[in-house]
Amino acid sequence: MAADHVDRLRREGRIVIVGASLAGLRAAETLRAEGFAGSLTMIGDEPYEPYDRPPLSKAVLLGMASPHRTELPRRREIDAKWRLGVAATGLDLSAKRVRLADGDEVEYDRLLIATGVRARPWFKEEEGRLDGVFLLRTRDDAAGLLQRLRSARRVFIIGAGFAGCEVASACREMGLAVTLAERAGAPLVGALGGVIGAVAAELHTENGVDLRTGVTVTALEGDPAGRVRAVHLSDGGEVETDVVVVSLGSLRNTEWLTGSGLGAGPRGIACDAGCRAFDFRGIVTDDVFVAGDVARSPHALFGYQFLSLEHWGNAVAQAETAAHNMICRGADRRPHLWMPAFWSSQFRVNIKSVGVPPMGDQIMITQGSPAERRFVGVYGYKGRVVAAVSFDNTRWLEFYQRQIERGAPFPVEYATVDRRPEGRQPVDADFPDPSLPTHGPTVTLSGYSPADQQLVFTPAHH
Amino acid sequence: MTQASLFRRITDFANRADPYPLYEELRRTPVLHEEEDGPYVVSSFWDIESLLHDPRISSDAANLAAAGDELAEAQSTGLPPSFLRLDPPEHDRLRRIANSAFGPPHKPRRIESMRGELHEIVGGLIDGFGEAREIDLVDQFAYPFPVTVICRLLGVPREDEPRFRSWVDPLVASLDPETRESADEEFVKAAQEARMQLGMYLAGLVEQRTKDPQDDMLSDLADSRGPEGAMTMMEVMSTAVLLLIAGHETTVNLITNGMLTLLRHPDVLRRLREDPGLAANIVEELLRYEPPVQIVPQRTCIADIEVRGVTIPKGSRIWLMLAAGNRDPERFKDPERFDPDRGDIQHLGFGSGIHSCFGAPLARLETQIALTELARRLDSPRLVEDPPPYRQNAVLRGPRHLRIAFDKLR
Repeated sequence: MAADHVDRLRREGRIVIVGASLAGLRAAETLRAEGFAGSLTMIGDEPYEPYDRPPLSKAVLLGMASPHRTELPRRREIDAKWRLGVAATGLDLSAKRVRLADGDEVEYDRLLIATGVRARPWFKEEEGRLDGVFLLRTRDDAAGLLQRLRSARRVFIIGAGFAGCEVASACREMGLAVTLAERAGAPLVGALGGVIGAVAAELHTENGVDLRTGVTVTALEGDPAGRVRAVHLSDGGEVETDVVVVSLGSLRNTEWLTGSGLGAGPRGIACDAGCRAFDFRGIVTDDVFVAGDVARSPHALFGYQFLSLEHWGNAVAQAETAAHNMICRGADRRPHLWMPAFWSSQFRVNIKSVGVPPMGDQIMITQGSPAERRFVGVYGYKGRVVAAVSFDNTRWLEFYQRQIERGAPFPVEYATVDRRPEGRQPVDADFPDPSLPTHGPTVTLSGYSPADQQLVFTPAHH
Repeated sequence: MTQASLFRRITDFANRADPYPLYEELRRTPVLHEEEDGPYVVSSFWDIESLLHDPRISSDAANLAAAGDELAEAQSTGLPPSFLRLDPPEHDRLRRIANSAFGPPHKPRRIESMRGELHEIVGGLIDGFGEAREIDLVDQFAYPFPVTVICRLLGVPREDEPRFRSWVDPLVASLDPETRESADEEFVKAAQEARMQLGMYLAGLVEQRTKDPQDDMLSDLADSRGPEGAMTMMEVMSTAVLLLIAGHETTVNLITNGMLTLLRHPDVLRRLREDPGLAANIVEELLRYEPPVQIVPQRTCIADIEVRGVTIPKGSRIWLMLAAGNRDPERFKDPERFDPDRGDIQHLGFGSGIHSCFGAPLARLETQIALTELARRLDSPRLVEDPPPYRQNAVLRGPRHLRIAFDKLR
C-alpha cells in the first residue's frame, strides 16, 4: 500500500542529496524536522561544508568578513553522511544510483539534485588561465581575489550583472581603480531593464567606476610571465589592468546528467510544481527531486512558465518544499509557489525586486525618484502588474508583491505617497531583445514544455 | 436604551481595564464603520499588517485635519509636524537624519552602550524603595526610569525633568480620542501652549549644543554636517519633542503592563528570576499581549482601498487596532494566552512599515533590564489591587498606579 511505502521510507529509507550548499542543507534540515529517520547522504563537489555565497561579493571583498567564515548556520542537527570534495559524475535512474568521481556509487530511494550553478568561464581557456584573472562563485575564488586585490592597481570587471556590479562597488569602496565593461547599454539590463539600468549606470559612474557600455572584451593579454596586463575591447580600446574579474553569469551544473534520461540541459532540470524532475520525454519521475538554481519549475502566478531562478530565497523555499514532498503522502504535497525576489547591495544602495521584471514591457515609478536613487518601480505586462523593484525603499515591496499575487491592473491608477510627476505615466521598461546574446539574467523564462526542443540554445561560448 | 456603538464602548473609560472581549467582538467585523463621519476601524492582524505597508495610507497631519480630526488641527500650528505625522519623502528625510543619530550604520553602539547606565538607573530606583514593603510601580519606578533614559539619550539635564511633566502630560492627553471628543477651546489651547513651551526649552538646549556639542542625540540632530544632511532648528525641536513623548509614555506603560502581566502569571515571573535570559522572549510576548500602544488612530487613505470586500473611500480616517490584531486567532494560536514560549512572535506592538517604532531597540533594552531586575530583587511580589486604576488614554493604555506588595528587597 502506498501509505506503508511512505512510512517505510520515512523510517528507514535512503535519501541522497547531491549538492551540499544552501538548497541541499535546507532540504536536509527539513527532512529531519519533518521526521525522516532514515539514512541521509550529502554529496558536494567543494571540499567545504555548506557556506553562504552572497557575502563573497559584498562583505568579504570589503574586508568585513573572512571568505572562510561564511558557513551557513545550521538550524538543527541533520545526522548525515558527508561526501565532500567529490563530484557526482553520473546518474543511473533505473538502478537508482549516483556515480561519484572517485568511482564510488551511492544508492538511493529518493534523490534530491541541488547542484546549482557555476560561474561561466572566460571563453578563451588559455586567457582564462592567466594569473590575475578570476571568476567569483566559490569561497576559494573569493579568497584568491581578495588576496590579489590588496596589491591591485586596477580591477577590470567583465559583465555588469549583479555580481559584476557588486564587485565594482566593493573595489571602489576599497579605493581601487575600477573599469566595468558591459555588452548591453547599461548595467543590470537583463534583470531590471534599461530604465533601471540607466539609474545603475549613474550610480556607478558617480562613484568613480569607469563604466564602458555597448562594448565587449575581445581578448585578455598577458605578459611573458603569464600575468594579465591588459584587456582589449571591441571598440578598439585597450585598458591596462592587473586584475580581471569575469562576471558573465552562470552555467547550470547538469553535465553530469547527460545520458541519464532526465530532462536536464543547459537551462537546468525541469520539474513539476512539486519539485519532481521530469525525464527527457516530459514524464515526471517518482523519486528524483530538484531544488535551487539548477531547477526549472512552472510558476502558477506567471502563466505556468518555467522559471529558473538564481535567487537565494528560492533555493531555501524550494528545498523546503522538495524535502516535504519527498517524504509525505501524495495528498499532502505542496506546490513550489515562491514569489521570485532577490536583493543586491551596491554603493550602499539596497536594491530589491519581487516578481519577474524581465516579463514586464512597461515600468512606472510609483514612489520616489530615480534621480534621488530612492524609488519604487512597478513593471506591467498585458495590463497586469508582474514585478516591482526598489532602490532603498524595500519596505514598500510587500504591498507590490500582493499586487502581483492578485494580478492587479497596470498601469497603477491609484495615488500613492511620494508620487512624482514622472511617475504618472508608464514607460517602456527597455529590456534587451532576448534573442541577442547578453549576460544571462538571473531569471530565465523558458516556455511551457519541460522538454521544449525549441529553446534558444545558449552556447557554452561567449 | 440603545447600546453605545462598539467603537464608543472600546474608547469608553469604563472598559479600560479589559478591552479584550470588546476587541474579540470587533474582529467579527473586519472593517467597522458605525458613524458616517467616523473612522473605519480595522482589527484583524493581516489587514492591519497590509495597511501598514500600503502606500495609499497617509500619516500626514494635514490629511487628518482635512478628514475632520480636530486636535490634529491644533497640533498643526506652532511646531512643524514631527516625522510621525508626515508622509514620504519628507518623512523619510527626517527619519533618516534622526536614525543617523540613533542607530546603525552611523551610531551602531549608541543604545547598547547605555546598557550599563540603564542597569545603574534601575538599580538606583529599586534601592530607592528603601524600607517600604509596598510601592507604586508607576510613580516610583516605571515613570522615572524611561524619562531619565530619554533625558540622558537626548542630553537633557535631569534636573529639568519636573518641568517636562507639566508640558508632556497635556500633550499626551491630547492623543486620547475621548479627550479629543470633549476637547474644549481651553484644552486645545493648553495642548498647543505646552507644545510651544517644550519646544522653546529644547530650542535653548539645542542652541547650546550647536555651539558646544556633546555626545548626545540633540548634538547629533543639530549637527548640520551630519551624514544624512541637516535639519532646521524647528525640525530638530519637533523631532526632539516626538522622541521625548514617544520615548517615555509608551515605555512607562510597557514596563507597567509588563509587571502587571507577570504578577498575574507568577510562574513566568519565577522563571524570569531563575533565568534572566528569558527576558527577551517575555518582552516580545508582552508587546503582543498587552501592547502599550493599543490603537493607531491617525491614518487616512489617499485613494480608495478595498479591505475584505469593503471599500474604504479616499480621504477616510482609518483606525488600526493593534492590540486587537495581536490577539487575532487567524494569526496566533491560542491568542488569549500569555505564552513567552510561543515561537512565532511577529507582533504589531511596535507597528510595522515605515512608521514602525523608531525607539524599539531602546524600549526593548529598557524593559528587559527593568523586568529582570524587578523579578530578581522583589521577594514574593504580589498585586495589592487587580485591576489597578487605569489612565484615561485608550490609545496609550496603561495603569495610572500599580501597587505592589513584597516581603523584602534583595
